[in-house]
Amino acid sequence: MPPAIEIKRVSKKFDLGKESFDSLKERLVHFGRTKSEEFWALREVELDIAQGETIGLLGHNGSGKSTLLKIIAGILQPTYGEVVTRGRMSALLELGAGFHPDLTGRENVEMNGLLLGLSRRDIAKRFDDIVEFAGEQVSSAIDRQVKFYSSGMFVRLGFSVAVSIEPEILLVDEVLAVGDEAFAQKCLAKIKQFQREGRTIVFVTHGVDIVREICDRAAVLDHGLQIADGKPADAIRTFREHLFATGRAGEAQGIYLEEDEVEEEVPEGEAPRPRKPRRKVLRITEVTCSHAHQDERQHVYPGEPVQVEVRYSAEVPFDDPIIGIGLFSPNGVRIWGGNSQTLDVALGTLAPGEGAARFRIDSLPLLDGHYALQVGINDRDGQVIDWIDSMDGFEVGQHDKSVGIVALHVGLEHLPDPASTSPQGVATPEETKSTGPTADPSSPPEATPGPAATAEPEPVGASAAGQGHVAVGDAEAREAVVDGGVAKGEGAAVGSARLDRRAQ
Amino acid sequence: MTLSLDREPRADPPARVTTANVKLRQRVGEIWAARELLAAMVRKELKVKYKNSALGFVWSLLNPVMYLVIFYLVFSVFLKNGIPLFPIWLLSGLLVWNFMSMVVPGATGSVLANSALVKKIAFPREILPLSNVGAGLVHFFLQMTVLLAGLVAFQHGIDVGFLALVPLAVVTMVVLAAALGVLLAAVNVYVRDAGHLVELALLAWFWLTPIAYPFRQVSDTLPGHGIPFWLLNINPVTPIVTVFQRAFYNRTSVLLSNGKDRLPLLPDVGIRWHLTFLLAVLIGSIVVLVVSMRLFRRLEGNFAEAL
Repeated sequence: MPPAIEIKRVSKKFDLGKESFDSLKERLVHFGRTKSEEFWALREVELDIAQGETIGLLGHNGSGKSTLLKIIAGILQPTYGEVVTRGRMSALLELGAGFHPDLTGRENVEMNGLLLGLSRRDIAKRFDDIVEFAGEQVSSAIDRQVKFYSSGMFVRLGFSVAVSIEPEILLVDEVLAVGDEAFAQKCLAKIKQFQREGRTIVFVTHGVDIVREICDRAAVLDHGLQIADGKPADAIRTFREHLFATGRAGEAQGIYLEEDEVEEEVPEGEAPRPRKPRRKVLRITEVTCSHAHQDERQHVYPGEPVQVEVRYSAEVPFDDPIIGIGLFSPNGVRIWGGNSQTLDVALGTLAPGEGAARFRIDSLPLLDGHYALQVGINDRDGQVIDWIDSMDGFEVGQHDKSVGIVALHVGLEHLPDPASTSPQGVATPEETKSTGPTADPSSPPEATPGPAATAEPEPVGASAAGQGHVAVGDAEAREAVVDGGVAKGEGAAVGSARLDRRAQ
Repeated sequence: MTLSLDREPRADPPARVTTANVKLRQRVGEIWAARELLAAMVRKELKVKYKNSALGFVWSLLNPVMYLVIFYLVFSVFLKNGIPLFPIWLLSGLLVWNFMSMVVPGATGSVLANSALVKKIAFPREILPLSNVGAGLVHFFLQMTVLLAGLVAFQHGIDVGFLALVPLAVVTMVVLAAALGVLLAAVNVYVRDAGHLVELALLAWFWLTPIAYPFRQVSDTLPGHGIPFWLLNINPVTPIVTVFQRAFYNRTSVLLSNGKDRLPLLPDVGIRWHLTFLLAVLIGSIVVLVVSMRLFRRLEGNFAEAL
């Protein structure tokens, strides 16, 4: 199958100088002197994106990632090179961008659908689904002008239209940041659904967490150059390292010592060279993870206390830094993240010299696995000063056989029906099935299994009439119920009915 | 709550190429494919214009009526130009002008006015100026009903032979407006003065077109300066306007109200003369349209950034 998107040596030049001479007078005044400044937003970017792939385009502001997305979307044309896309495409650059405030929701849905390349027939066919997906609030206001919509409704309807065209290729530009939490989750769920359905997704962001969570490939852009392309974890590492190596993360101010402030001009048409690392005003010098049994074994067991010590070195006095850590599961999910601010510990002004912040975790409630650590220092405005990503954290071993990542303390208690004469603990799942109670909750407890019961697929069904109940920890409930032979008829459970529903 | 839409089979989806050089023919194909969008844009254009106004569409009729009243008062009553049924004469030419004066400035500002769309959604952007042409055409036909009502009211006979030229004149008018509209829409993104310049130019252009005064009033003076009279047709709107006047007013000269003198209005020539100039304008407009679309394509690549 040919790739869904082929980006062939795409370069994009912007003329910055022209921008400021928009009017004729200015043009005349500056005639002959308008040395328009060239700016290459992209330089020979080359990427093939396979069908069904979810790729994250990472980059800081001005790296060209949004420009690349717009070129893929066909909104901008490349100066050189070309982009070939195969399949219907929808770009979530700004939700509800095409909405006209004076038109009603209905009219705007039609308008936007046409803009996205649907026919009127298609739109009519999908209209109800679109409105339903946008939610109750929007559907009741669909014949009202959208200028009376709340921004949330606006965005929901916009998203709904954008995904309704059932794109083969979905381009997403950090739109998930808008809207309320619940809607952001819904968007993400939709994107994951598209992912499962084998659609191609290009995701532009500077948030590494989202890339880690949903992408199966990531490319990093920096000043229009593609500096990495590969597995998300590798790309993210390159992104961080490159950012710090070249000092761009700290372009804002105050991160580097004054004497190191030498901006190197990159000659036209040449790749910016990685500069030698500059000295930061405040940096992380050492991070140690330790636990009580350090000397006997390398790994810790669930429930043992551990601590993370972050040593830093300040070159100049530094006001109110924020030091934080994040703990990640083996598959990259953030388990915990927090910092001195969230923990309500003011660090005050750091004097030049060394110091350390020690995070104590009284009990590490994790199961078997290798957990990675992320450590960072921000200034009080949240600007990153120094950062270490995905370093080795803790190796957790385990005594019992439970699975998962969280070490829960789970107790199990079995409360059978005291009147029951049935032998306990002998029923096999097969027996259970054939002798299961009827599905009718109103049937008397002593109802004998009939043909209807045999057909009932749920072993412990809805025998709400039973008098016993099982109180167990969540995960093992179903198993316990079956093993306990409760299904003989009388012993049944409130809990199990709930679980059955989930098991369907 | 999920969108359960039947998906088309994924067998070999057509490839779309985004590059700096797109062939004109391909572009025309894209615009044709987006004709439903164009129609919707025209509807939007009309709808939004009169949304929340009590009179709505009536406004688009009141404008030419107002023109008619003022010009009638000024030229017929105060200046006593002596042209009988002056409103009919005037409206035949004014129809064309109203179209141009509505479409050209509207189209010029269209890309700018829809910057939110241009920056975020990929579609053939020529649709924007073209939707102004479409909306103008709707108004044109609405105003045409005013003229037809006037013809019926005054029981004024039309020239059936020249009526056959009217559809061609309408097509020429549309192509000319589209050519200018597409060109200026693109230019206006980069040189914002274009919009203001257009307003000014249209004012001059109106008085350079024989609408409020007869063609012959100017053309008859030209040979005295050694200039052939037909050179007036260098204004591309003039051949269109004269066809309308010839068809609907149906006289080349009129007896003035004093009963003695005849006032020459239009050149006393056959249909072939009009057809020739009309075709010349049409061909010229097509050439400009092609050039405009090429320029539009060239400039479009940076629209999203320049806005």
